[in-house]
Amino acid sequence: MTAVPLPPEAVPGVSAVEHAGVFRRLLKDPTGVVSLAFLVLTVLAGVFAPVLAPHDPDKASAADILAKPGGRYLLGADGSGHDILSRLLYAIRPTLEGAVLAVLVAAAIGVTAGLISGYYGRWFAGAASWVASLLMALPGIVVLLAARAVIGPSLFGAMTIFGILIAPAFYRVVHAAVSGVRQELYVDAARVSGLSDARIISRHILTVVRAPAIILAANLAGIAIAIEAGLDFLGLGDLSRPTWGGMLNDAFTNIYSAPLQLLWPSLAIGLTCMALALLGNALRDELERSGTPKRRRRAKRAPATVSVQREPVITHDEIAGSAGEELLLVRELAVGYDQPNGSVQTVVEDVSLTVRRGEVHGLIGESGSGKTQTAFAIMRLLPPGGRIVAGDINFAGVDLARGSEKEMTRLRGARIAYVPQEPMSNLDPSFTIGHQLTEPIRVSLGVGRAEARARALQLLERVGIPDPPRTFAAYPHQISGGMAQRVLIAGAVSCNPDLLIADEPTTALDVTVQAEVLDLLRDLQAEFQMGVLLVTHNFGVVADLCDRVSVMRAGRIVETGPVRSVFADPRHPYTKSLFDAIPEDSQPRGPLLTKETP
Amino acid sequence: MFRFVLRRLGAGVVLVAVLSTLTFLLLYLSGGNIARRILGQQATEDTVLQKKHELGLDRPLLTRFGDWVSHAAHGNLGDSWFTGQPVSDAISSRLAVTLSLVIGATVVSAVVAVVLGVVAATRRGWADRLVQFLSVLGFAIPGFLVAIGLVTLFAIKIHLFKPTGYVQFGESPTQWLSSIALPVIALSVGGIAGVAAQIRGSLLDALRQDYVRTLRSRGLSERRVVYKHALRNAAGPALSVLAIQFVGLLGGAVIVEQIFAIPGLGQVAVGATGQGDIPLVMGLVLAIAVIVVVVNLAVDLLQGWLNPKVRVS
Repeated sequence: MTAVPLPPEAVPGVSAVEHAGVFRRLLKDPTGVVSLAFLVLTVLAGVFAPVLAPHDPDKASAADILAKPGGRYLLGADGSGHDILSRLLYAIRPTLEGAVLAVLVAAAIGVTAGLISGYYGRWFAGAASWVASLLMALPGIVVLLAARAVIGPSLFGAMTIFGILIAPAFYRVVHAAVSGVRQELYVDAARVSGLSDARIISRHILTVVRAPAIILAANLAGIAIAIEAGLDFLGLGDLSRPTWGGMLNDAFTNIYSAPLQLLWPSLAIGLTCMALALLGNALRDELERSGTPKRRRRAKRAPATVSVQREPVITHDEIAGSAGEELLLVRELAVGYDQPNGSVQTVVEDVSLTVRRGEVHGLIGESGSGKTQTAFAIMRLLPPGGRIVAGDINFAGVDLARGSEKEMTRLRGARIAYVPQEPMSNLDPSFTIGHQLTEPIRVSLGVGRAEARARALQLLERVGIPDPPRTFAAYPHQISGGMAQRVLIAGAVSCNPDLLIADEPTTALDVTVQAEVLDLLRDLQAEFQMGVLLVTHNFGVVADLCDRVSVMRAGRIVETGPVRSVFADPRHPYTKSLFDAIPEDSQPRGPLLTKETP
Repeated sequence: MFRFVLRRLGAGVVLVAVLSTLTFLLLYLSGGNIARRILGQQATEDTVLQKKHELGLDRPLLTRFGDWVSHAAHGNLGDSWFTGQPVSDAISSRLAVTLSLVIGATVVSAVVAVVLGVVAATRRGWADRLVQFLSVLGFAIPGFLVAIGLVTLFAIKIHLFKPTGYVQFGESPTQWLSSIALPVIALSVGGIAGVAAQIRGSLLDALRQDYVRTLRSRGLSERRVVYKHALRNAAGPALSVLAIQFVGLLGGAVIVEQIFAIPGLGQVAVGATGQGDIPLVMGLVLAIAVIVVVVNLAVDLLQGWLNPKVRVS
């Protein structure tokens, strides 16, 4: 009753696929079954009220005023001596009819308007959404009160008006679904193949909006029942016949003498509203469940490695003079994701690698080979469900695989830094660049605002931002992708880290910007004497930047060694195939042979 | 920014104008012998005609509407037909009461919903399922049932609060608080449910974003990441839901005021619409429309503050 608009999250994102069998599966969901059963029983009780009711609901007996439950009256008699049970039963039908009327009116208006504006768009869409927001801006019950002054105490009149008031809920759902589907190729195909608009709407579009519309209808019916009961409780409804709200009102006036009487109409209203809401909710859950497998997270796409045969890692000999201080030592690391069935899917297994101070270690492999997972595991920033299953990660004497979250927070930023792949999505859109740079500096280095600002500006200048104060004050959406990546690199090195983990730092950038960013990374690495773990799928980047390379495949490292040795003598077939895939290594192709060519 | 505010204000004025016009036309066109209803069945035909003239009902509808608009523009909403009290007095004396309920409920909803939403989104597991279940129930159960339950429990069974009545803030702040506590809680339940579900959802979305990982990688504590960055990004949609709730609360207050016998706008509304006191109904609709417009404008401004993209464009 508190709000006319649809409950939040009541309607799932509409997928273009019709979820056949959702209603059958609903029958396996306990909440769904219970609420559906309750509603069916309620409807039956309402239809058969004249048979079921033990007394005439309108027959008042002065001798039985506020009679106690039991005996002649199962639930007692009300303040005028009516049988409560009979009145409850007789009130079902008008209550449900009113709710159905409101939902039908809302659906008729909302679905029609939504179909027209979603399918044809143009001026109608503008006008309709204006009216929709106008209607949604009104407190429903106040409008109904005003309407009552006009139409008098008519249940069906009030519910018709209420239906108009809640029509925007249908309109929005249908409009969103239809304008989404309209862009789909299969609708284009249907149009091209000459189907009429009416056929397309009924065949392809109505099927899409059916499920969300039913969920919405369940929710709105609950709200309509609440509003009906509210009006009757206020004494503004039709007083000539029993209603739950009216019974509640009667019981409320006798709250001191017979408080128990409040319970029956409250239960009737509350349970019916709850059943409708829970039914809608169960339907939504079913729809979402059938929709989820399609959008699995990237991490989980990594193939399971259980089947991969364990083979020794091909290790190339060290080149003399390359040994610096060992900064990061990963030993036999395994990363797994908890599955709903309780098992663990391993995405990284038996990964060992070393990053020395002042050295760039490339981690190369195809998408899904587990290289990004390895990088996240080192920072202990795996997505939800992911965890380190086995192995040690030793960083400057601390075991990162087992360190406390507090310890990790202290190390991150200050000693281990991270440069992400996609620059734009890695900046918080709600805060300025300056804020995002200074906050970690202040937290990690414990310096004041002014000092952090000075350092941030200096860093922006260092990474080649042309107008540092301007970028400092800008929001992420106001700068380009290349600039954003420079900002992220500035943020990564802002606290003089020892280890930098860069996850494909150039993949999302233009080719020219890529080269600049790689140069910048190389300069900074030398300047700060950092160890760098560079995740990439590009051998060009490895050749350009790395001292050492590990080749990953299907969650394992297959070959590792100094870049020069691996490039000179790739031994693992997979490494060889990667080299073969580089166009630069193949012979330049000759001109296209045509008939004219001699 | 200025143009943005101006445009929203313009839209608000249109809303108020459309609504007042519709209400006016509907109320007067609905017919019925208004003068007779005021005077009762015993009145003679002459006195009825005289009353009609007195109320201006014998003049053309458009003239009356023009008069109402020009008077309303000068702050004069006419007098109640039944009590003779100026409509603006009748409304303004009760506006504060209703607003204290509605604003109180909005604040309570927002605070509790943020806590529940954050717990659900960050703890997941059973806490999450519980919050989700409660928000479905909280949204489904009509506020007046909650109100009745609260009265029965806390005012009648255990005498923690007075069941009915309202104490002015100026009279005694503590008693004022005690008098609005139960109604505010009753009103808040639906709002808490709606906003908590929204906060949970949009916070989960925000926590899935890449920038959250990057913020964590910068050494920010989990508290900062969740409460400052993720929550800020999740606040926009939640604020929209809260605004819708606010409008709903104005309606909910009508019934809740009745239950707790609180002299607010809702009581006026029930009385005026029952009697067909047209000037008072007009005044009420106007007042509610203005409140809705002001709230929506405030929400739009807040959205701009929350979301820099809205602010710039």
